[in-house]
Amino acid sequence: MPNGPLVYRQRLVTRITHWIWAVSLFFLLLTGLQIFNAFPSLHIGLESGFDYDNAILTIGAREVDGEIRGVTQIFGAEFDTTGVLGVSDGDVRAFPSALTIPSKQSLATGRIIHFFFAWILVGTLTLWLIASALNGHLRQLIPTLADLRALPRDLADHARLRFHHSAHYNVLQKLAYASVLFLALPLMILTGLSMSPGFNAAAPWLLDLFGGRQTARTIHFLTMLALLGFFAVHMAMILLAGPLNEMRSILTGWYRTDKESHDA
Amino acid sequence: MLDRRSLLLGGAALALSGCKVFDNASNSDSTLHRLFASHEALTRTAQRALIGDRLAPEFAEADIRQGQRPNGSVDPDSAAYRQMAGNGFVDYRLTVTGLVETPLSLSLAEIAALPSRTQITRHDCVEGWSCIAKWTGTPLATVLNLAKPTLAARFAVFHCFDAIERSLAGEVLYYESIDLIDAYHPQTILAYGMNGTPLPMANGAPLRLRVERQLGYKMAKYVHTIELVDSFATLGAGRGSYWADRGYEWYAGI
Repeated sequence: MPNGPLVYRQRLVTRITHWIWAVSLFFLLLTGLQIFNAFPSLHIGLESGFDYDNAILTIGAREVDGEIRGVTQIFGAEFDTTGVLGVSDGDVRAFPSALTIPSKQSLATGRIIHFFFAWILVGTLTLWLIASALNGHLRQLIPTLADLRALPRDLADHARLRFHHSAHYNVLQKLAYASVLFLALPLMILTGLSMSPGFNAAAPWLLDLFGGRQTARTIHFLTMLALLGFFAVHMAMILLAGPLNEMRSILTGWYRTDKESHDA
Repeated sequence: MLDRRSLLLGGAALALSGCKVFDNASNSDSTLHRLFASHEALTRTAQRALIGDRLAPEFAEADIRQGQRPNGSVDPDSAAYRQMAGNGFVDYRLTVTGLVETPLSLSLAEIAALPSRTQITRHDCVEGWSCIAKWTGTPLATVLNLAKPTLAARFAVFHCFDAIERSLAGEVLYYESIDLIDAYHPQTILAYGMNGTPLPMANGAPLRLRVERQLGYKMAKYVHTIELVDSFATLGAGRGSYWADRGYEWYAGI
């Protein structure tokens, strides 16, 4: 455990927006799965192929020997996913009720909650971006040349679960946070907007950029998986690096550093 | 170690209970529902400011790779409709009524004699799928210019032959509405043709609405009457459309 001085690491705007994003993404994920359940397949192209096949993922159900089984197809390969995908708790539904808001099938309710939190995410991201550009936080997220030189050592340290507690983010943190804030979340918002027939009239070029509405929908889903991957690593790092110190930091801003902080 | 475990358990409990806690939002009279549904006004205002009267993307003939997937009603069973369909819709009349100076009753031949517009557009279902097809019809603006809506008119309501469900009070007939901004948009047409053929029954014969900058459920099929109104108070549950009465957004631009 670090036993050096406490440093003020996260400003109020960063801490507040962090928790608003955490809540928003929780709702966006579970209502997103609800919306997905209304048409549980992903396609590549301008439209969804019904008379031809442009699907890369389909979650469905099929009767096998008098029993309804959940079947998931990925790039033509078929998997029996009964109990989780396709069929769960005796119901035919792509994602199980424990993973959707509302728990029962309700596309209308899933949509209003999804768009409500989408607006909150867009608003708070914009707010954070402006505040961080003004207070210098943005620069702290962009890896410096020295950071990149330290990348191999940082990777090795992380692999050996040797964590440094310093006033500044390490290079892997910077890369992870920057990817989420400048890549994944903007991609999520833009692919989401590309699914809107109203917004398509405003920016048809965006639709072309993503390769059509159904490809945009597929990218939206894949980016969700990437964000889930980030979340898993994020949680693991908090637990491994000292959850109390990390939680204090994102709640109060104050972070206990190592006695001899290597980049202080 | 205790804090790690409780953190994990707390997270798992939140993830598992989260879904049921918010089930109340499905009730469209609940405060929670009204809070979440408040996004609609913001979405509509933002989109209208962004798109003005811009056109929805149109596509090439080569992009039509399949038939138009029908959804909702595919063969209305009202006796009046079945009889007209049996006669090739020669007895069909489109009624334009309500807040108009000149109420209209137009046959299909009269509608087809008006200037037409053909557009290859993408139909986006609220469920998530899309389908590209070619639509031919009369711009709604042309018909409205003949009927001359009064200054009080704010919305065009489309009354349809099809009933999606039967309630205790009888059949619930499909209806939709759009405001006059979308009603006068050049791509808003009353379509009687699809992919080069007369509009098939499954897709809304003899006449359906196309509102290309909104989702599929706005594009009422089997339209028999267009009513100009100043409010939704006397219609259905008062939210302006069959699906809006069932919790969906009235403005379906997203």
